[in-house]
Amino acid sequence: MRAFWKRHPIWSAILVAASFVLLWLIFAIWPPELVAVIGKKKVFVNALLNGITLGALYFLVASGFTLIFGLMRNVNLAHGSLYLLGGYIGYEVATLTGSWLLAFPAAFLSIACLGLVLQVLVFRHLDGQDLQQTLITIGISIVLADLMLWVWGGDFYQILAPEMLSGPVETFIQTGVKRSTGAPIFLKYPAVRLAILLAAVVIGLGMWLILNRTRIGMYVRAGVDDREMLSASGVRVQLVFICVFAFGAGLAGMAGVVGGTFQSMAPGEDTRFLLSSLVVVIVGGMGSIPGAALGALLVGLAEQFGSVYMPTYAVVLTFLIMVLVLAFRPQGLMGKG
Amino acid sequence: MAQSETVSATDATKARKSELGRKLATVPANVWFVAIILLLVPTFTGDFVQYQVFGWSFVLGLISLSLMFLAGYGGMVSLVQMTVAAVAGYCVAIFGTSGVAEISMGWPWYLSVIAAILIATLFCVATGALAVRTEGIYTIMITLAIASAFFYFTRQNYTIFNGFTGFNGVLPPHLFGIDWRSPTAFYYLSLFWAAAGYFAVVYVSRTPFGLALQGVRDNPRRMAALGYSVNAHRIAAYAFAGVLAAVGGILLTWSNGQISPGTAAVGPVIDILVIAVIGGINTPIGPFIGALIYVVLRTYALDFLVALNLSGERFKLLVGLGFLIIVYWSPDGVCGLWNKFAPKLRLKRKENASTEGKTDV
Repeated sequence: MRAFWKRHPIWSAILVAASFVLLWLIFAIWPPELVAVIGKKKVFVNALLNGITLGALYFLVASGFTLIFGLMRNVNLAHGSLYLLGGYIGYEVATLTGSWLLAFPAAFLSIACLGLVLQVLVFRHLDGQDLQQTLITIGISIVLADLMLWVWGGDFYQILAPEMLSGPVETFIQTGVKRSTGAPIFLKYPAVRLAILLAAVVIGLGMWLILNRTRIGMYVRAGVDDREMLSASGVRVQLVFICVFAFGAGLAGMAGVVGGTFQSMAPGEDTRFLLSSLVVVIVGGMGSIPGAALGALLVGLAEQFGSVYMPTYAVVLTFLIMVLVLAFRPQGLMGKG
Repeated sequence: MAQSETVSATDATKARKSELGRKLATVPANVWFVAIILLLVPTFTGDFVQYQVFGWSFVLGLISLSLMFLAGYGGMVSLVQMTVAAVAGYCVAIFGTSGVAEISMGWPWYLSVIAAILIATLFCVATGALAVRTEGIYTIMITLAIASAFFYFTRQNYTIFNGFTGFNGVLPPHLFGIDWRSPTAFYYLSLFWAAAGYFAVVYVSRTPFGLALQGVRDNPRRMAALGYSVNAHRIAAYAFAGVLAAVGGILLTWSNGQISPGTAAVGPVIDILVIAVIGGINTPIGPFIGALIYVVLRTYALDFLVALNLSGERFKLLVGLGFLIIVYWSPDGVCGLWNKFAPKLRLKRKENASTEGKTDV
């Protein structure tokens, strides 16, 4: 942090100023002139929160993708299919048992098993052949997409959140003052989205702790840097690969349950989430978990603000971020140079 | 003096003719065979086979060929080629005439076609310039992201791209009094451009540029040390591939009579890669073989699947499984299988011939 401050004093100043402006925008009651320029505060704060929660979902999907890529150099283009399959399995479990919470471990475990089988049966034999592995994942995504279409059809599915989380809760952010009584009006926001945000933060912190404080995390980090040296120092690299692939796949499956709760599941969502993970990983830096978090936040915010303030060109905004990053920092914001 | 000059001139033409003859004589017999068969296909097939099977295969093969050129000779797997084709198709619809009169500008066909090829090539070069900033496997990710951004953009934009519906009624011109959308005429049109693309790729791969490009593919650092500009070669390769894809895209738009965002959705974008890989991504003929297999599967899989008591919609499953099998066991596709087994067959034949010869003695 201090090194960054010293190396880029101007950027740091801009970042600090921007965060102050943002804090003011969130907590102050907007003067009428500002409302005349960019619309109501409620819209802005809603877009901000929606962007952050969407970013949280993107982070859940993309962190597995970037972990697998960073360690195994395997661009898993079937990652979106794993996400969607996890969502469907979660839906089946939730409707069968009536428990929303049970859907998460079920989706995680089943997709992790699928990832384990894929790694053991297919990818282990193609170690080092990047292009062939990627082509295989394309084939798997085509097959999985068609199988899912076969089983679940083209309808929309949504997993119902439990009673406790349905409906809005009042937050501490004040959007205005009631004209009649003068009492402050606070923003209402869906509880389920806040829960998801919380879960994503917990998972992100957990991953960071595992990666930085445990032995297996040390293996993974060493493998990202130089896997030949890691295997030469006696670590069973294939076992680490299997664990990471299963974990990354399981994370995608669990994200499917999350996505199926606050959005919906249908054919085509697999490619949507694959693409958002691609953009997130390109923006954030390949193989970096903090990069995935930053990229997911940026992409989620860009999508939500884009769809609120310039509806026709929302996609272009996301794309613009990617092009700018590629042009000025090809390795991604947090990638290693 | 004058006489001798004319004599030498005729000698020169004779020599040139004999050189041409010699070159033609070096063309292997099976190439002649394939060429003659392809020229004669319309005499023994119906309209459907000419238009829907062969015409479509040639067009998809041409677009896929542009990917093969980038991947096989340049080592860059670009998933943006179908998007380049769609850009060309959109340009033909926007500059030329279409059913959407409010947007189409109604330029004469030759202007709109030239503009389409230029703009599509520029688009391909711009994509390439972004993609070559990163290496190898990243190219797939970046080009896929660009391709999907184009798809979502065209679907949302109504002022230029007419949104979800796109353009219909985009028809080829009636040149020389021929309706180029009639099956036989379109067959020859697409065959001509497919052959032109094929020979252009074969030619370019043997030019100094093509050889340098293959050098860049095999060892960029060494080529850079030798004084070649690695990025310039890669971007030039994108430009050449862009022209191929643009021609394919114009033909595709004419044959469908329409262009819409679905033309360059993520599915078709990946299909182009699937076609190139099934056929063989290292030989220029591969994409055409792959396209023929893909189109035949797509057209006739319905009957096959119904015979197996499955719904015809499971076509994708069939293609996906076939793709998986080919990628796993023969990375060079069908052409790779041919190269693997043909020498063995030839050897066997020779052995048979020699043993027969021995028994004769």
